[in-house]
Amino acid sequence: MAGRLKLGAQVLALALVAGLFALLVWKVASEDEGASRKLQRGETPPAPAFSLDRLDRPGKLSLAAYRGRPVVLNFWASWCVPCKEEAPLLEAVWRRHQDEGLVVLGVDINDLRSDARRFARENRMSYPLGFDGIGETSTDYGLTGVPETFFVARSGRLVCERLQAGVHLEENRDRFDECVQEVLAA
Amino acid sequence: MRLVLAVLASLILAGPAAAACPSVTDLEGKFICPTCKTTLDQSDAPAARRIKAYLAERVAACASEEQIADELVAQFGPAVLAAPPREGFHWLAWLLPLAGLLGAAIVVSIFVWRWSHARTSETAAESNGRPPLDPELERRLDRELARFDGN
Repeated sequence: MAGRLKLGAQVLALALVAGLFALLVWKVASEDEGASRKLQRGETPPAPAFSLDRLDRPGKLSLAAYRGRPVVLNFWASWCVPCKEEAPLLEAVWRRHQDEGLVVLGVDINDLRSDARRFARENRMSYPLGFDGIGETSTDYGLTGVPETFFVARSGRLVCERLQAGVHLEENRDRFDECVQEVLAA
Repeated sequence: MRLVLAVLASLILAGPAAAACPSVTDLEGKFICPTCKTTLDQSDAPAARRIKAYLAERVAACASEEQIADELVAQFGPAVLAAPPREGFHWLAWLLPLAGLLGAAIVVSIFVWRWSHARTSETAAESNGRPPLDPELERRLDRELARFDGN
């Protein structure tokens, strides 16, 4: 009787370990690597969709609403110093290329809504802004921090490359202009 | 006398209100920094610093811990809480480890009881109350008895 109980407990323990292992394998296999990895490999993956509360006005900011237009997608946060420094350049690009259909979208992540609104006001950001306090989009896009900037073609696919750190910085400035031209032409 | 009573009454009324105001230090251990995923008291990330400042503002306004937690969850989602709330589905996170411990304790108790029970019955069956004889001694005893009977 004791032997049967012992065997039962061993089978149960083995089943538990096997179950946990299967869960781990499933988690690793089903985890999306993030759009930025695919972009780095030279692919043009579809830009992950999102629908966020707007910061600048009531309503939702949905990427799907801008399908058919070239989009510069910038992730930022109010506590991020480079985000403040690059904001005037993004605003200038938005104003300069508005007539060509280009839209700049700002997604505020891991932030307090009140701080984000103050930041947008102080930095005169007039382009559409969405609020993602939880930072769900950051996982979908595979962000490593803020600021980061992506370029979404009219087809809804990511093109050019993702720019990490401020687009105003010397190492990013030329590439940013090239990517704007590329997304306008795509 | 009236003045003394008034002071006492105000102290009694003010006491619970003052106690209801949480401390920033306590709260910093109860919320997670959204960028570095550690509790705020262990983080110096810009986002954590900003949330700490927010906690200080809310504590200064004597907001309750529940109120502050609700506000932060509304901004950052439930992942901002260091421990799951004791409500609804989240109870599972609290109860499952306890259930696991209880289950393990029951299994160990059953094993110990069966093992000790089996040992006792085995000993009782073997000895029948007396220590068993050595086979060699038993044979020698038989020989001696046979010799004695023969005489």
